[in-house]
Amino acid sequence: MLLSLYRSLHDYRGFILGSVKREFQARYRNSLFGALWTVLNPLSMIIVYTVIFSHIMRARLPGVDDGMAYSVYLCAGLLTWGLFSEITLRSQNMFLENANLLKKISFPRLCLPVIVLLNAGINFAIIIGLFLGFLLISGRWPGMALLALVPLLALQVLFCAGLGMILGVLNVFFRDVGQLFAICLQFWFWLTPIVYPLSILPEWVQRLLQLNPLTNLIGSYQNLFLYGQWPVWSSLLPIFVIGLLLCAIGLRLFRRRVGEMVDEL
Amino acid sequence: MGHIRVTGLGKAYKQYPTRWSRLAEWLIPFSPMRHRQHWVLQDVNFEIAPGEAVGIVGVNGAGKSTLLKMITGTTQPTCGQIQLEGRVAALLELGMGFHPDFTGRQNAVMAGQLLGMQVEDIEALMPDIERFAEIGEAIDHPVRTYSSGMQMRLAFSVATARRPDILIVDEALSVGDAYFQHKSFDRIRSFRKAGTTLLIVSHDRSAIQSICDSAILLEGGHMVMHDKPEAVMDYYNALLAEREGQTVRQELLDGGQVRTVSGTGEAGILSVRLLDERGRSIDAAEVGQPVTLEVEVEIRQDIERLVLGFMIKDRLGQAMYGINTHRQNQALEDLRAGERITYRFAFVMGLGKGNYSVALSLSRLDSHLDRNFEWRDYGLVFHVINNRQEDFVGCSWLGASTSITRHAHSLAERAP
Repeated sequence: MLLSLYRSLHDYRGFILGSVKREFQARYRNSLFGALWTVLNPLSMIIVYTVIFSHIMRARLPGVDDGMAYSVYLCAGLLTWGLFSEITLRSQNMFLENANLLKKISFPRLCLPVIVLLNAGINFAIIIGLFLGFLLISGRWPGMALLALVPLLALQVLFCAGLGMILGVLNVFFRDVGQLFAICLQFWFWLTPIVYPLSILPEWVQRLLQLNPLTNLIGSYQNLFLYGQWPVWSSLLPIFVIGLLLCAIGLRLFRRRVGEMVDEL
Repeated sequence: MGHIRVTGLGKAYKQYPTRWSRLAEWLIPFSPMRHRQHWVLQDVNFEIAPGEAVGIVGVNGAGKSTLLKMITGTTQPTCGQIQLEGRVAALLELGMGFHPDFTGRQNAVMAGQLLGMQVEDIEALMPDIERFAEIGEAIDHPVRTYSSGMQMRLAFSVATARRPDILIVDEALSVGDAYFQHKSFDRIRSFRKAGTTLLIVSHDRSAIQSICDSAILLEGGHMVMHDKPEAVMDYYNALLAEREGQTVRQELLDGGQVRTVSGTGEAGILSVRLLDERGRSIDAAEVGQPVTLEVEVEIRQDIERLVLGFMIKDRLGQAMYGINTHRQNQALEDLRAGERITYRFAFVMGLGKGNYSVALSLSRLDSHLDRNFEWRDYGLVFHVINNRQEDFVGCSWLGASTSITRHAHSLAERAP
């Protein structure tokens, strides 16, 4: 089954890569600054949060004194959260947005989630590249621990892809899912220690936030970039299991409903 | 290669009474089925041998498009099987997925990729595509600057850049200018000669009869007939006649034409039919065939004088022939409400191949400008086909009989 999936995707690699390239070009085709906007968007958010939380509210990370540290902490969480929200939000609309294509042309449907993942990956690569450049210049290079970024990202993509697939299929049949998830994402963002450190919360809230699978993942990114610490792999076991589960459910849902989906679009 | 086998094919759409019942059906285990199956296609079986050309006919909603969609693979069948051998190309929605901001060339590459080709393959085919599309330098301009005809040309050229084993064509092909229409049809014909299996949906009788080896008639989601094209078309026409023009009206709307009926309504047209020599209703006539245009009129209020006129127009709306009973000195007078009148205009079909429509008018005098009881465009649409006469050019058949005299060149007479 997986082999035939792979083979059909391989046959359509031209379409996948072409779509990714085209989508990237289309976004900036008629703009003067082009890819700069990919950077300016999160940058503006980082500045706003840094100004508000770091300076106005005098928030300081426990044990670290300078204001710059907070910005790094913020970036570590915000940029990776951006990857998460981009994949899930794009995934939940991928079938609806391509309704015309799905209804009129026969091609492996699994191309669509792959295109979403690749596109989000490119955007993320640009931003994280700049972030790493900034770390290098400001003398905060995390060192060897940076290698941990690869498995962490793989873990995150697994989780996002599974969740995205489920949302994408469900959204075709129940449009409420899209609305609901957008709201959920708001809460989810603030229930994940991104803007604030986990340690400033009361003990019982901290334990509660452990139920959020993203807490430890984002925490790992933050420790990695801020302190150059290797992740505690065991703490990431839950999100790995959940990610696998989501992917399995998502694929199963997709295979069972893909035919019916076209009738609903 | 090019073999198509369809067995027990059926398609049903699920209809749920409310939005919640789908959720309930999904979530509650072992719950009873909460949806109703709405069958649009049922129990379709046929087999098409490689290189054969098959036409699919049927009124709108008979399931033609659904059948094609399932064969191309965009829609999945509810039951039954489709076996295809070879590469399939479908000319269903040309220009789908063109992005307005990209150039024609970039879009051509993209469209090719959607068909599963790699960039190198498309690059190799590009000169051919450009040559066939004949859009010149525009190929490097953004598609948003294209006319719809140019988009069509490009899309068709890409879709048929490689000869497929199976080609599926919807009647959508009739877009584009006449020149390109012919060019594209020639390409389809040449594919067929080279061994491509052809599946065509069309309302155009002459198209079906001139290309196809056999035809399939769909009616209400069932396959009613699979036979020689002539037999199927005749049966189809009979089926249409049986419905007293109701379906003919649908056909009209389908062609983008809007029937206009106007008038004061003292008299009205009940039916318009074209009859053959034996008085059977037909919608296609042979060139040179004696036919009768039969019009039935109902008088709703007393009127002093009534003139019926008809005009035959070609596909482009140009008048081919028009006459009325005033000019024929056959105007009726002193008509009473409730009367019914049957007019029969007998003539020999002297028009060339094509589609024609009949406009009708009921008025008091020669012109319908004075008193217009009823004016009806597209009162009837018929085809003229040419299987009996020699293949001539033009819109009217003059039936020239030819005598030729050859004069022997006698050298002896001229010799000095």
